[in-house]
Amino acid sequence: MSIFVDENTTVIVQGLTGSQGRFHGLRNRDYGTKVVAGVTPGKGGTDVDGIPVYNTVAEAVSVTGATASFVVVPPPFASAAILEAAQAGITLIVCITEGIPAHDEARTYNRLVEEFPGVRLLGPNCPGVISPGKCNIGITAGEIALAGGPVGIVSRSGTLTYQALYELSQQGVGQTTCVGIGGDPVPGTNFIDCLSAFQDDPDTKAVMMIGEIGGSEEERAAEWIAAHMTKPVVAYIAGVTAPPGRKMGHAGAIISGTKGTAQAKMAALAAAGVHVCQNPTEAGEKMVELVRAL
Amino acid sequence: MDLFEYQGKQYFARYGIPVSAGDIADTVEQAVAVATRVGYPVVIKAQVKVGGRGKAGGVKLAANAEEAARHAGSILGLDIKGHVVGRLWVEHASDIAREYYASFTLDRPNKVHLGMLSAQGGVEIETVAAESPDAIATLAIDPVVGLDVATARRWVAEAGLDEVARAGAADLLVALYRCYTEGDCDLTEVNPLILTPDGRVHALDAKVTLDDNAAYRHPEWDEFRATETEDPREQMARAKGLNYIGLSGSVGIIANGAGLAMSTLDVVNQVGGSAANFLDIGGGADAGVMAAALEVINHDPSVRAIFVNIFGGITRVDEVARGVLEALGRVKIAAPIVLRLDGTNAEEGRAILAPHLGENLMTEPTMLDAARRAVALANH
Repeated sequence: MSIFVDENTTVIVQGLTGSQGRFHGLRNRDYGTKVVAGVTPGKGGTDVDGIPVYNTVAEAVSVTGATASFVVVPPPFASAAILEAAQAGITLIVCITEGIPAHDEARTYNRLVEEFPGVRLLGPNCPGVISPGKCNIGITAGEIALAGGPVGIVSRSGTLTYQALYELSQQGVGQTTCVGIGGDPVPGTNFIDCLSAFQDDPDTKAVMMIGEIGGSEEERAAEWIAAHMTKPVVAYIAGVTAPPGRKMGHAGAIISGTKGTAQAKMAALAAAGVHVCQNPTEAGEKMVELVRAL
Repeated sequence: MDLFEYQGKQYFARYGIPVSAGDIADTVEQAVAVATRVGYPVVIKAQVKVGGRGKAGGVKLAANAEEAARHAGSILGLDIKGHVVGRLWVEHASDIAREYYASFTLDRPNKVHLGMLSAQGGVEIETVAAESPDAIATLAIDPVVGLDVATARRWVAEAGLDEVARAGAADLLVALYRCYTEGDCDLTEVNPLILTPDGRVHALDAKVTLDDNAAYRHPEWDEFRATETEDPREQMARAKGLNYIGLSGSVGIIANGAGLAMSTLDVVNQVGGSAANFLDIGGGADAGVMAAALEVINHDPSVRAIFVNIFGGITRVDEVARGVLEALGRVKIAAPIVLRLDGTNAEEGRAILAPHLGENLMTEPTMLDAARRAVALANH
C-alpha cells in the first residue's frame, strides 16, 4: 500500500499549458500517473500532447471524475487555483508554487480547514508526492525512486528528499510513498499528518523524516512520535550551522531569536526515540541497517 | 526585509496609525533643521536594524539646537553591534503617561495570526514573557475573519490597558492589523505604544519585517529596498538572481536546492571547516547560472576552496558538468573546486569532467568525501 496517492489516483494539472506545467505534467504522465486533464482559463478545448484542457476545474472534474490536482501556476494565482480545486470537489491538492505571500497562504489554509475539511493540501512550495510504481504528482524524478516499500519518507526539502530516495534505492531499499511537505511557513500538510498515515499503512515498516530549521513542526512531530508511533523513525535536520534571522532559501527556514534551531529539533526527536543522524548519508545508512534487520 | 524605524513609521502612517511628527537627517545640520521644524524638545534616534540602541547611546533627548547638534554629532558614525549609524530619525519628544506593547505575527504552529498586547511596554517583550507571562494578552486571529473593533475593545480591556487609552488603542490595533495583513508584513511591532497625558495613543517606535514573497504587489517597497545595506557579496549575487547568504568561513558553497545547501554547510562544519556562504542555484541550473555562482564566490577573498554539491533530479548532472567547464572558460577561478555529483546522469557528468581534472578541479564520490577534501584544501 501507500499513502495519499496510488495507482487509482486520477489527476488534473492546473497550469498544464504553461512551460513548467507541461514539462512536469507530461513527466508525471510518462511515469504512469493517470493525468486525465489540464485546466487553464481561456484554453478550454485545446490539448497538451493529447491531454484535454478545460477552462475550469469543475468542468474537468465533471468530465473526468478526477480526485487530485497538481497546481503549477505563478504565485499571484495560486491561492485562487487551490480554492477552485477544493470547490470543484478535488480532495488532494498538490501545489508546487514557490513564492506565495505568507498572508495568502494563511488565508487559504484556514479557508480550506473551515469550508472544505475533507480536502488535503500538500505544499505550497513542495516537490510533491510519489508512491513509486503507482503515481507521481509533482517534480520528483521518478527514476530515483524504487517501488515495493517498506520505507515511507516525509521531508520539508526537495533535494534532500531526492538524496534520501537515491541512497535507499541504491541499496535496494524501496519506498511506499515519499511526501514533500514543502519549505513554506504555512504548509497544508505537516509531519504529523504524514507520520500518522505511515503508522496506519501496513506496508510501511519504517519512516525517514527530513526536517530543517524554522517553526516547531519537528518538535510537535517528536511529541506525536513519542505518544503514537510504533514504527522506527530515522531523522535528519538540516541547518545546524545556519545563522539566526536569515531565511535559508526556503521562506520557512529561519531561526527567529532562539526559536527553530536544528539543535532543539534534534534533541526533541532523540528524546522521542527517533534515530537522529548528522548528515543525509548517515541517515540513509541507518535506514538501510534498520530495514535489513526487520 | 527588515525596515528602519523611520521607514516603519512611514509605513504605519499609510495605514492611519498615529506616529510622532519627525523626519530623517543624515548630517548634524539636517538634524538641527528637522528639530527646529518639529519643535523642541526632540528625540534623536540612530537608524540601525538592530536592538539595544538606547543602551548603546543611540537615542538622545535634546531641548535646544545646541544639544541637538551635539547629540546628532555623537550618534552619527556610532558603531552599534557592528552597525554604523549613517542616518538619524528626529522627532518631537512625546510626553509619556504610560508605555504599552503591541505586535502581530504569524503563529506558525497554529497557522493563525497572533496578536500580543501588554500594559508593560518599553522593555524587551522577551523579558516580560519570561518574568511575568500573565502580563501579555495574546489573541489568536483567524486570517479569514480578521480583527474587528469589537474584538479589539475586549482585547485592550483584557490586557489591562488604562481605561482612558482603550478606545484609541483599539482603533490603533485594528489599523495595525490592517497594516500587517494588507501591508504583507511578517511582523509589525510597536514598543512602546504610548498613552500621552492628554489621552492620545500613538506609536513611539516601529519594527516592521516585510514578506519578500509579496514584493510583486508592493511597488512602494522599492524605496525601502534602495536603503538596504547589504553585504557587497549579497548585492552582487542578488543582481545575478542568485539565492546567496554571506558567511564568515573559507569554503565557498554551491548546491542545488535550499535543503541540500543548508546540509552542505553542516557537513563542512562537521569535518572541521566553515562555510563562506550559502548559495542555492535552484533546479535546472544551466552554464550561465553556474558561471554566475562561481563568479560571486570568486569575488570573496576569504574563499580558499569551493565545494560544488549537486544532486541531479530534474537538474541533469551532465548539464551541470558542462556548465562548470563553460564557467571555467569564462571566469578565472582562484580557489580549487571540489565537486560531488550524484543523481540523474551523474556518470555522464563525471565523464565530461574527467579530462579536465587536476589540482584545481576534482571530484569525490560522496558528500562527506568532498567536504573533507574541500576543507583540507581550505585549511592547507
